[in-house]
Amino acid sequence: MTVLLAAAAAGLFAIGTYLLLQRKLSRIIIGLGLLTHGANLLLITAGRRGDPPIVGTGPESAFADPLPQALALTAIVITFGVTVLLLSLAFRSWLLTRDDEVQDDVGDRAVAGADVVHDEVSDQEQVIAREEAP
Amino acid sequence: MSWLVPVPVVLPLVGAALSILVGRSRVAQRAIGVTVLATLVVVAVVLAVEVDRNGTVVVEAGDWPAPMGITMVADRFAAMLLVAAEVALFAVLVYAIGEPGAERNHVGFQSAYLVLAAGVAASFLTGDLFNLFVAFEMMLTASYVLLTLGGKREQVRSGMTYVVISLIASTLFVTALALLYSATGTVNMADLATRMGELPNGVRSAFAVLLLVVFGIKAAVFPLFFWLPDAYPIAPSPITAVFAGLLTKVGIYAIIRTQLLLFPEEARPATVILVIAAATMLVGVLGAIAQDDIRRILSFTLVSQIGYMVMGLGFFTLAGVAAVVFSIIHHIVVTTALFLVAGLIDHASGSSQLSRIGGMVRTAPFLAAMFLVTALSLAGIPPLSGFISKFALVQAGIEAGHLAVIAVSLIVSLLTVFSMIRIWMGAFWSPPEDLATAKPLRWSSGASRALMIAPTAALVACSLAIAIAAGPLYSLSERTARDLLDREAYIGEVLGP
Repeated sequence: MTVLLAAAAAGLFAIGTYLLLQRKLSRIIIGLGLLTHGANLLLITAGRRGDPPIVGTGPESAFADPLPQALALTAIVITFGVTVLLLSLAFRSWLLTRDDEVQDDVGDRAVAGADVVHDEVSDQEQVIAREEAP
Repeated sequence: MSWLVPVPVVLPLVGAALSILVGRSRVAQRAIGVTVLATLVVVAVVLAVEVDRNGTVVVEAGDWPAPMGITMVADRFAAMLLVAAEVALFAVLVYAIGEPGAERNHVGFQSAYLVLAAGVAASFLTGDLFNLFVAFEMMLTASYVLLTLGGKREQVRSGMTYVVISLIASTLFVTALALLYSATGTVNMADLATRMGELPNGVRSAFAVLLLVVFGIKAAVFPLFFWLPDAYPIAPSPITAVFAGLLTKVGIYAIIRTQLLLFPEEARPATVILVIAAATMLVGVLGAIAQDDIRRILSFTLVSQIGYMVMGLGFFTLAGVAAVVFSIIHHIVVTTALFLVAGLIDHASGSSQLSRIGGMVRTAPFLAAMFLVTALSLAGIPPLSGFISKFALVQAGIEAGHLAVIAVSLIVSLLTVFSMIRIWMGAFWSPPEDLATAKPLRWSSGASRALMIAPTAALVACSLAIAIAAGPLYSLSERTARDLLDREAYIGEVLGP
């Protein structure tokens, strides 16, 4: 069982990392979701398995370790909140640019040289870069 | 006095809730924010004096004995940083109230700011690695909100990067916690420190490096700093100031706390830390030289200064750690002041791009003086506080025999002077180069102007006071360093004899 859980966590980490490296915001958010699931699964795996830990229902030595579950619960709540914020940011980004891609840093482009035009910069970005560059 | 320990965490959270309840009245919100943070400055000072006199104060929530319950530990290190942090938070809040912008336009500003204050205090005071994670999240979630207040295009872009990077760091933190828990069966820091002795040395070193990566992202050390110069300059200037002054320092605090407390000497990755420090110093300052925008220059310089603190830790000697403690205190005050001055420059000249502004030494002489004092202090020119911190670091390095990294730090010091002089020349000394010179903004009122200048001047005065009181403060830093290096004493305080 431990091996199975560890393998599942490894799989989630791998897929999450792959999705994080994409340029679409929606994929990055899904990737982060999978990554945090992997971490939570690892937390659950860290504890001892056993009976429900309710005092008076059985011998204490047979109880599951409740602490990692409490920790995982806390971690889930926190990542849930942050993911919602991330989704709303991504939606805002889509409203502003009508595009789901990660935006380039205009200041970086300006420092890199106003004459150099990079292919991956969208047309709109170039207009802004020119307006801001001296 | 143990009832004072939870106050810096609980009071701002209550304040944040009240601030939402009175959301219709900006005056009431401001009264709550200012009262809470002013109280916390007093509480932090009382706590620091108490801890310095009578030793570490340990509080167990609900009287559950450690390592079962939630433990809060106020030792000299935590109490000292808490004082500096609360002073900076208070000064920046006053500045934010004066500045037309973020605080005036957004009903959530005050509550998010108070949650940030609670998160910073909780990170310093916690004695439990999982609660450190919770405190970090509290602080970071508030910082996401503050960074993206207004939802402008640039803010959304850089906010997205910042949130994603922070979330990755948090996920790594949870992973590290899971692995630590499976190896040792505890998350209480004192208990972890004892149980760490039972693990093989390779596993301990792996944990040390894993925690270094987790906190290295928050502290912005090389090669994990790239998000900082991108995210920080975009926020409203008081927010940038408080982020630059405090958030990275909380990362450094966590690195120092975990490396010194959890790991015995043979498991600490000293060489890795020194190499990271040298690279951080060098890359940060070279980045600063290439920039044109004042806030971006300062953000890169901030990264470079983080390298100094990591370097002092890498020596793992009493002198080195004492120098780091002193540097952190100096750096919280000076960086916050410098970013507030940058905000004032932005306001007085209408732009923060060096090519568009100039000649401010005549139009704003007081501002020029404030900038000169803080910038020279950051660069380490005697007799200012930065000089004392750098002198102590270099001395500790020579004693420990790490001459190569010391040489790098001296070169970086010179380059820091250069990048500060570039701002001085560009903004204050020379006339503007460009035809498209920026137009100064009009102050909305005299009160607003006073509220912005007074806290900045107060922080500059604080940095001067650090230089004047360097003797007593340095001996306090030495006592703190002795505490930090004495793992047994900390374990004894928390777990009992």
